[in-house]
Amino acid sequence: MSDASLSALAAQLVAKQVSSRELAQQYLDRITALNPSLNAFITVDADKTLTEAAAADALIAAGKAGPLTGVPIAHKDIFCTDGWLTTCGSKMLHNFIAPYDAHVIQRFKAAGMPSLGKTNMDEFAMGSSNETSYFGAVKNPWNTAYVPGGSSGGAAACVAARMAPAATGTDTGGSIRQPAALCGITGLKPTYGLVSRFGMIAFASSLDQAGPMAPSAEDCALLLNVMTGFDPNDSTSLEREKEDYTRDLGKPLTGLRVGLPREFFAEGLNNEVAASVEAAVAELKKLGATTVEISLANSKLAIPVYYVLAPAEASSNLSRFDGVRYGYRAPDYANLDDMYCKTRAQGFGAEVKRRIMIGAYVLSHGYYDAYYLQAQKIRRLIANDFTEAFKTCDVILGPTAPGTAFKLGEKSEDPVEMYLNDLYTIPANLAGLPGMSLPCGFDRQGLPIGLQLVGNYFSEAKMLNVAHQYQRATDWHARAPEGLK
Amino acid sequence: MSLSPDDVKRIARLARIEIDDSQALASQSQLNTIFDLIATMQAVDTQGIAPMAHAQEVYQRLRADSVTETDHHAAFQAIAPAVENGLYLVPKVIE
Repeated sequence: MSDASLSALAAQLVAKQVSSRELAQQYLDRITALNPSLNAFITVDADKTLTEAAAADALIAAGKAGPLTGVPIAHKDIFCTDGWLTTCGSKMLHNFIAPYDAHVIQRFKAAGMPSLGKTNMDEFAMGSSNETSYFGAVKNPWNTAYVPGGSSGGAAACVAARMAPAATGTDTGGSIRQPAALCGITGLKPTYGLVSRFGMIAFASSLDQAGPMAPSAEDCALLLNVMTGFDPNDSTSLEREKEDYTRDLGKPLTGLRVGLPREFFAEGLNNEVAASVEAAVAELKKLGATTVEISLANSKLAIPVYYVLAPAEASSNLSRFDGVRYGYRAPDYANLDDMYCKTRAQGFGAEVKRRIMIGAYVLSHGYYDAYYLQAQKIRRLIANDFTEAFKTCDVILGPTAPGTAFKLGEKSEDPVEMYLNDLYTIPANLAGLPGMSLPCGFDRQGLPIGLQLVGNYFSEAKMLNVAHQYQRATDWHARAPEGLK
Repeated sequence: MSLSPDDVKRIARLARIEIDDSQALASQSQLNTIFDLIATMQAVDTQGIAPMAHAQEVYQRLRADSVTETDHHAAFQAIAPAVENGLYLVPKVIE
């Protein structure tokens, strides 16, 4: 098992201390050993992985290695991957072999990073516990009776269990940050538009954003360098100068103004999480930061707003799954309409159907203004709160989730209880701001606690350095679960 | 606001999802809990606030009207449930 950082692994590869094939094989062996108990991967294909690793070794031998060439990575099963089963955690796509690569996959391939496989996730990224996956729940590596969070639960669990040195995730309402928090790793959701959504199976297009998940902020910065960049195939991809997200790592935090939203430390927050987050604030102060109290008064409306907008967009995006062009088709039907209805009834799980129905309703005649338009207006109010807050602070800090990991099955029957997990993460998605989660402690049961940072638009480099300086001063991110079998 | 089982069936129909009476009844209470949560939005005064559809103020890009893609017909149809002579097969819709 390797605890080496991505830059250390890359250095070992360039120094020929290990080959990419050997490294990939080590991780594949660990996946073989641990996946039966954790269920973090839906698809593993050792031949494909080792072929990609051999190609990376050839690049290294030819002196053509980039910063991460040969370092393997696991991909969330939401990214279309040419020739690989790409299920999005759904029966609807249980047989879908993607005929092309998502832009994110193209980027990692171009960087020479072999794929270790496709990670488990909540069905169509709808969930906060990874229990809605058609392929079964993922288990939290810190305690397998607990959920890993979601929707990028397989990605978070595989990184925490050191089955992969890094993974890709996607975040529509917290799906990178919340599982990162519950599994004790670092994950970043970039500013909306920095990473192309091309080939990333759509949930709520105005909110969906892909990002890196890894043990440390430094790792995430290196991965972000690979993932970001303009893509003409995504109409919301931003045309910007390419940035080096590692450029600020190493700068002192002297003078950094950390905004503490009073609404994120109010009722509903678990005491142990509050104490760990407050200890992290004290640590940042020791490093030279100052704090300022801020208010995100409308953030309490983020969950109702999200559960109008995201299902509305989902009901439109998921209309493409009709049993005609790809994926599941019901075996028996009377006519075309019946084929659609049966295919969708059988192909989608309960949570996905629920959200499609919410979306169909809020967009239907007579309800559009009261629900959809009202939600879009409050979305503006939530975004305005952040604009106001960033006049007095450089980065916003709070808990990632209201509690630590919960038991499998504990919240699966109560959708609203489940939705409340994303109370602190959704506002950044609605505003389109970058946010990240990093480990800041453990509760009495030994379950990880996550700290959230939210930065202003395009301030990823600065935010990553705040996390990096904190990780230089602490070792929460370096801890891994022991005794996994 | 409270949805009846008939409302649930109407919504399922809009969404093209087959649902029977017992499923409609089971969905009803969960959907109503969610709509109760959503209803908290109604108290907010949003007069004069412009709706926000998107995080970035971006506009649709235009490109030259020229062929940029190659033909992926065969690859895309290879994964379809039913295909014949390059056409997707579905139940007959016109008698």
